[in-house]
Amino acid sequence: MATYSTNEFRSGMKVMLDGDPCNILENEFVKPGKGQAFNRVKMRNLKNGRVWERTFKSGESIEAADVIDLDMEYLYTDGEFWHFMKTDDSYEQVAADAAAVADCQNWLKEQDVYQVTLWNDDPIAVTPPNFVELEVTDTDPGLKGDTANGGTKPATLSTGATIKGVPLFINIGDVLKVDTRTGEYVSRAKT
Amino acid sequence: MSDWRPSARFEHLQQRAGLLAQARAFFAQRNVIEVQTPVLAKHSVTEPDVQSIQVPDYGYLQTSPEYHIKRLLADGVPSCYQLGPVFRHGELGRLHNPEFTMLEWYRLDFNHRQLMYEVADLVDELLGPKPYQHLTYADLVGGVASGPREMLDLAFAEACERLTPGRFFITDYPADQAALARINPDGQTAARFELVIDGVEIANGYWELLDADEHRQRFAADGEIRRHRELPAMAVDEEFLGALEHGMPKCAGVAMGFDRMVMLACGAKDLSDVLAFRGTR
Repeated sequence: MATYSTNEFRSGMKVMLDGDPCNILENEFVKPGKGQAFNRVKMRNLKNGRVWERTFKSGESIEAADVIDLDMEYLYTDGEFWHFMKTDDSYEQVAADAAAVADCQNWLKEQDVYQVTLWNDDPIAVTPPNFVELEVTDTDPGLKGDTANGGTKPATLSTGATIKGVPLFINIGDVLKVDTRTGEYVSRAKT
Repeated sequence: MSDWRPSARFEHLQQRAGLLAQARAFFAQRNVIEVQTPVLAKHSVTEPDVQSIQVPDYGYLQTSPEYHIKRLLADGVPSCYQLGPVFRHGELGRLHNPEFTMLEWYRLDFNHRQLMYEVADLVDELLGPKPYQHLTYADLVGGVASGPREMLDLAFAEACERLTPGRFFITDYPADQAALARINPDGQTAARFELVIDGVEIANGYWELLDADEHRQRFAADGEIRRHRELPAMAVDEEFLGALEHGMPKCAGVAMGFDRMVMLACGAKDLSDVLAFRGTR
């Protein structure tokens, strides 16, 4: 297995720490003029999303994590697993569990493409694109003529997710563009 | 496209030029003369935590002008300073660059306390006057003071980062961190000080050790640690020891990271903002 030394650490590098794959976010070199050198590293645990800091002696090595991000098409869920297919015409599929899909459940639409993070070929995280377009399945009826005063209401989408900040003129059946990072309404999708 | 542009903007380079001129004027006024010793030389330091950049067939890029300046002092050169580049292998980060500007000066007949006052005078000149606080090494690292050396170094580095805002002199380093400072009469601490400004280590000074044999012992101890840590062996600089055997006058000396001073003067947070071109690996 490949290893990386602290002086090779770069943000975006995937390494193993305490048995979990992590993504390096920041690497800070710390050294008193006459003392030993350290690297204070901020990393995100890719399994639980938590960010933590760890200090290494400079020159220490840690194991690289076999982690890749792949664009995959969402197929369906059987209730226990969410199935994704590679987009390279190999038709190869992977099944992600609820822990991997996590909040991305709110934004999954069949046939759309998501980023699936594979660790040793197992999916550990699913990341939606920044914007998704989803149909409204439930919302209070639109109020005619009330388009200017900026009032908003919640709306439930086809995935079951409820978003806030939806303008009053939006109706059931409309397709909305949603920012998945904030979970907020952006606009009505162009049809 | 290649990233050819300077890392610092021109206003900061202008400010650097002004600070360099101010520092030189400060020493001219005090009759401390500027010297220029080799940047490339046959020997370099034995210190286990300072790695030199080796130049095949020539020796090493110097990590500090210390040995050369002390040879000048031993030959009768009066109080003097050097303001120029020094090099350290493997040091790259927000506050580190493998090549940096060191302002190092030596004062005949000063002890480290007198030199601390002069350091404060220079800092007041370059950054504007502010009060200074005084801490001992033990105050700073607290309970871990008796722990293993690497824990101490990390605790020290992190404690320094917390010394912000403000200007702090740290004294009474443990005797095993004396480097080339005298040991205090208590036998436990070294006649060494550091200046930390807004959490950044700025200067490190000693009341200089004069005894050649004691130097040999410390170099041998460094060599032992180097072997233990599997670091490159460093030959002892016999010319430096020769000067000490001849006799170096009583003096105190200090080295100041000049780029960090420029950084503080500019209100910058990263050396990249004050170096014309940032070093790379």
